[in-house]
Amino acid sequence: MSLSVDNLAVYYRTLRGDVRALDGVTFEIDDGEIMGLAGESGCGKSTLGKSLIRLDGRMRHVGGTVTLDGRVLPLSDDRAMNAFRYKEVSIVPQYAMSALNPTRKVGKIAKELLESRGVDFEGVRPEFVRRLELVGLTLDVLGMFPIELSGGMKQRAVMVLSTLLDPSLLIADEVTSALDVSSQRAVAEMLVEFRERQFVKSLVFITHDLAILYQAADTILVMYAGRLAEKATSDAVISRPLHPYTRLLVSSLPEVGVRYENRRLSGIPGKPPSLLEPPAGCRFRDRCPLASAMCAKQPPFVEVEPGHRVACWAVT
Amino acid sequence: MLELDSVSKVYKVGTFGGRSLQAVRDVSFDLRTGEIVSLIGESGSGKSTIGRMILRLDHVTSGSITFDGADIAGLGHSATKAYYGAVQGVFQDPFSSYNPVFKADRVFAMIRSAYFPGVGSDEWRDKLYASLASVGLSPDEVLNRYPHQLSGGQLQRLLIARALLLDIRLLVADEIISMLDASTRIDVLNLLGELKERGLGILFITHDLSLGNYISDRTMILRRGRIVETGSTASVFGNPVHPYTRMLLASVPQTHHRWGELDEVLGVGNGAGGEAPETIADTRLVEVEHGHFVALGSDAEPPVP
Amino acid sequence: MALSRQRDVGAGAVPQAGLATIGGPVVTAEPSAATGGAPAPDRAPVAAHRSEFLYFALRNWKFVAGLSVVLVFIAAAVLGPVVAAHAPLEFNGPTDQPPSSDYWFGTTSFGQDVFSQFVAGLRAAFLVGALGGGLAWLLGAVVGFTAGYRGGAVDDVLNMLTNVVLVIPTLAILIIVSAYMNVHSYTVEALLIGLTSWPWAARAVRAQTFTLKTRDFVDVARLSGRSRRQVITSEIAPNMSSYLLMMFILLFGGAILIGASLDFLGLGPATSVSLGLMMNSAFLSSALVLGSWWWFLPPGIGIIGIVGGLYVMNVGLDEVFNPRLREL
Repeated sequence: MSLSVDNLAVYYRTLRGDVRALDGVTFEIDDGEIMGLAGESGCGKSTLGKSLIRLDGRMRHVGGTVTLDGRVLPLSDDRAMNAFRYKEVSIVPQYAMSALNPTRKVGKIAKELLESRGVDFEGVRPEFVRRLELVGLTLDVLGMFPIELSGGMKQRAVMVLSTLLDPSLLIADEVTSALDVSSQRAVAEMLVEFRERQFVKSLVFITHDLAILYQAADTILVMYAGRLAEKATSDAVISRPLHPYTRLLVSSLPEVGVRYENRRLSGIPGKPPSLLEPPAGCRFRDRCPLASAMCAKQPPFVEVEPGHRVACWAVT
Repeated sequence: MLELDSVSKVYKVGTFGGRSLQAVRDVSFDLRTGEIVSLIGESGSGKSTIGRMILRLDHVTSGSITFDGADIAGLGHSATKAYYGAVQGVFQDPFSSYNPVFKADRVFAMIRSAYFPGVGSDEWRDKLYASLASVGLSPDEVLNRYPHQLSGGQLQRLLIARALLLDIRLLVADEIISMLDASTRIDVLNLLGELKERGLGILFITHDLSLGNYISDRTMILRRGRIVETGSTASVFGNPVHPYTRMLLASVPQTHHRWGELDEVLGVGNGAGGEAPETIADTRLVEVEHGHFVALGSDAEPPVP
Repeated sequence: MALSRQRDVGAGAVPQAGLATIGGPVVTAEPSAATGGAPAPDRAPVAAHRSEFLYFALRNWKFVAGLSVVLVFIAAAVLGPVVAAHAPLEFNGPTDQPPSSDYWFGTTSFGQDVFSQFVAGLRAAFLVGALGGGLAWLLGAVVGFTAGYRGGAVDDVLNMLTNVVLVIPTLAILIIVSAYMNVHSYTVEALLIGLTSWPWAARAVRAQTFTLKTRDFVDVARLSGRSRRQVITSEIAPNMSSYLLMMFILLFGGAILIGASLDFLGLGPATSVSLGLMMNSAFLSSALVLGSWWWFLPPGIGIIGIVGGLYVMNVGLDEVFNPRLREL
């Protein structure tokens, strides 16, 4: 499968105008690629993830196209998108654990979901059970209420449910953020395993945690204030970041072994711009140590090395 | 300065309080001035409960907590107020810590009316500005605003500034970093380091080992309410003995090794799932090297995935 | 009855920390939970200020309509007795007269002036509403806050008390007590009403206090040396201010209604005039059969108007406080 996003722009309608949450992003994902989507809060990564599957009431598709396996996705048309949802594009939403109805047993939730998609539950049940066992959950889970499961277990159950029909693209939105360290590892490794076993073809792994992306993702796409900053293999992003934002971000990550007395890390002063009336040109300009007069014009997102794209005048 | 002696906390749960849940079992440690101690644990480890008990927001079921030699249980209203003049806390969710119908600087006004009633406006303003400066905030950026107009990092720093107004000696920082963005996290952490250098004692409660490793002098690993390993940060991270500690270290995503590489070194089985077996009643610790203690007990197996 | 739930992220800037709350109870935010939010653009919080509240309130037609109706009746209650030509109980006029220039609302079959009875009755109604509703409000708030904040055994006891009073059929008890006590004044009637209509308010306040108690700002207040009572009045109650206001309006209307019912049944003070008593007399004197519509219609419209107006006002206020119910 391949996903191609071309100049996608999605804004949020508010009383005070449009919040330009996603302002012209262009990238591709290859078959079998796990792409990490990283950035801080407000950068647009969740918006991007959601736009690929379902625009909620406040979002407006303003421009650009998304092409999945050669077919253009009808993002603004809720009904037409329904044909793609869950079968071609699936999502594990943020707080998926709270997405399970507390008054229903897990098995019933699964049955209702599948039947609403026109899938015969009894037919897929053996496969469903097999996959649950694969992720370490037993058949009993189907008979339990969500409150009886731990956070990690719920997350895994939701992940299996979301990928049951082998979608081409899975969007995992902050699936590890609310978990303990040990569960995080299990869930992240599970995502990779799903790809290995072809349960999903490609994955978009949205998180703010660059370190987990280094472990689990093939490539990392870094976003800032609604625009793309950098895309490269996870190795390249961590060890040879080019965009000033990525460099500052990577250098602010505390690691086991780095101590305050030995090496003082520093953050990025300032805060991201308001997306209600964003500044013209590069949005990182105000906080960027390499800013110059050229930055008044938005830098293009171009390839500076094979497989490594950056949007920065100082680099290109 | 602060000493916990065999502190336990039991909650009554279920209808009519039938069952009991042991959140903290037999925890003992001490904290001196000018040192940062990390309390590291996953959810359900009891770390927040310990923080709350130190802050007298919850009662201790058994054992004692003493501050400067005096037991903090059973303090009357004015003694409690005096205690809060020396011990303060900052919590995880910066947006929940402020009453949304009031402006953010009301937290300062509350301190003023309780502890500095006679202070004149000019003197108070100087004090406030000095406190804001020591946490790296400028007054016109943060004063006279509502909480939703400020960022998480600013709000957390305001809370630290509030605590500093009181000339405290111990700060309980309960997961104060976890809701902040990566770029502001390190600034708040560095601030804690600076405060430590000025003599403040800090109890740094977190689930994130890298943060604990960065900032603390001593580390305690908690699991299911009991301490499984404790010692200086260098020895606990450099030479982890307890299997649970090793499992945690193996699961932390790092940017210099991949997960699999550390597993062998740390002697951990396949990827950990995090479900703990039944709790162990034995809370004794043995000293494996100077100052480095490890718990006994058969929860030595890695947890079932 | 809808409780105002705030932390509304719908009408405001979205991925960042949400729009200001509007003096109502706050639900924890979703978008900023994972990582600290970038701040919303610097601007005055919408409707968190008194002036903003007024702005939205006056734009809500339900609130304005309800308020206008109630204000008209209040004006009538205040000014009416002053301009009324005759004393309400004076019965030396012609009997059973339809409205005329002399007797604006006509006369009763005892020759009393219906208009002056009506405006006197309005006064009585508002008195009962304010006293009875106010007492119920106070009791409901005190019991609710205490039970919700203290929890534990205190909560169990208060909860039991609340449930018992809730389950007792109020009107039946009031009828019995009034019959025995030989009620002589509206104050006593208001007292009785107040003592029996507080439970639902207490339950609602208790539930909301439970939620707010777990918020960190309560802990911060405790860490600032505040006592329990101070925490309730200065931290928790302000967060529920919209709800408390609406609760008062409903209790006010409810008390008027119960009072009118009691008076209609003949259990209220017989020596003064009230709307319910007017209807009682009209009914007993077969005004319906005689066609003296001017006798029973005004008090009926009065009761419906006041209570209905208050309820409509309340619905409007709900929309003002809860932006999600508003048309954008």
